[in-house]
Amino acid sequence: MNNQQEPLWEVFIRSKQGLDHKHVGSLHAADAKMAIENARDVYTRRMEGVSIWVVESKYIHASNPDEAGSLFDPANDKVYRHPTFYDLPDELKYM
Amino acid sequence: MNSQPTNKTNNFLADYVLFLADSSLIMGHRLSEWTGHGPSIEQDIAITNIALDLIGQARNFYQYAAEVISENKGEKITEDDLAYLRDAHEYKNLLITELPNGDWACTISKIFFFSAWQYFYYQRLLYCTDKQLSAIAEKSLKEVTYHLKWSGDWITRLGDGTEESKRRMEKAVEDIWPYTGEMFKPVDYETELENSVGVNVSSIRNEWLEKISSVFGEATLSVPRETWMQQGGKNGVHTEHLGYILAEMQFLQRAYPGLEW
Repeated sequence: MNNQQEPLWEVFIRSKQGLDHKHVGSLHAADAKMAIENARDVYTRRMEGVSIWVVESKYIHASNPDEAGSLFDPANDKVYRHPTFYDLPDELKYM
Repeated sequence: MNSQPTNKTNNFLADYVLFLADSSLIMGHRLSEWTGHGPSIEQDIAITNIALDLIGQARNFYQYAAEVISENKGEKITEDDLAYLRDAHEYKNLLITELPNGDWACTISKIFFFSAWQYFYYQRLLYCTDKQLSAIAEKSLKEVTYHLKWSGDWITRLGDGTEESKRRMEKAVEDIWPYTGEMFKPVDYETELENSVGVNVSSIRNEWLEKISSVFGEATLSVPRETWMQQGGKNGVHTEHLGYILAEMQFLQRAYPGLEW
């Protein structure tokens, strides 16, 4: 089996109690169906999750770390964007 | 069990459960030979997972068999006694489980044919009157469902793959096919227990063949013609391979009896 010919896939797993899929790693597989089966075999052995997403790595686009300054610093000093000035009634449990 | 079983029934029951245990154990052991040698890390883990599932099933069956045999004999027999201290002629596993792994296509073929049999077998075993067997079948069925899916997907990709993969797949199927008939020819303990705990094995054959044909169709492989089928495993008549497997598997317990972790 020539791994260089099999594309690389990123794997995301949602745990039983979880609400979102978390990135757990990557693996090689010939196609999407195999990628899901391989992810099940490699990343759910210890009941890590109940739902699997796989995406071919080439379809993941990431922000450029060199641009982190201009992308994220401006949000640092805008306190008015945070909803922290309300007094929440006790009845609202999930805010 | 509802009534006190006769010794004769218990002997048949013991053999029956041992047949299921031995088949799972020997298949699991053979697959474990791929550990560290898989074609890629993902497949290495996949196949060792399957091996572990099968050995787990075997343990469940052996524990039950040990109970039944202990009652028969009036002395305490354990699962380890059954797995490690019986000789080849006492083993009742299907012959297909002891065949060498060969190449990837050969291993996949064995897993596919065997898992398909287990799938339809356990589905029926779910409804048998013996609660223990029914419980083991329920747990095992989930595992086997995945084994069947996984191996079927590989059959499809290898069959409808490159020229080499197809050639290897066709050869593997041709080599393994004569060992599939044994699955559907009942021996005495299967026939005896058919009504109470067992399964009518010849009735499984059509569903099994349908599944094989459907996957083979997708894989652009042809189902082999009717051929003479190898038999004997269920009655302790084995190929030359089982001796070597047991020698390796049992050596430690026989050299150091009672050895524990």
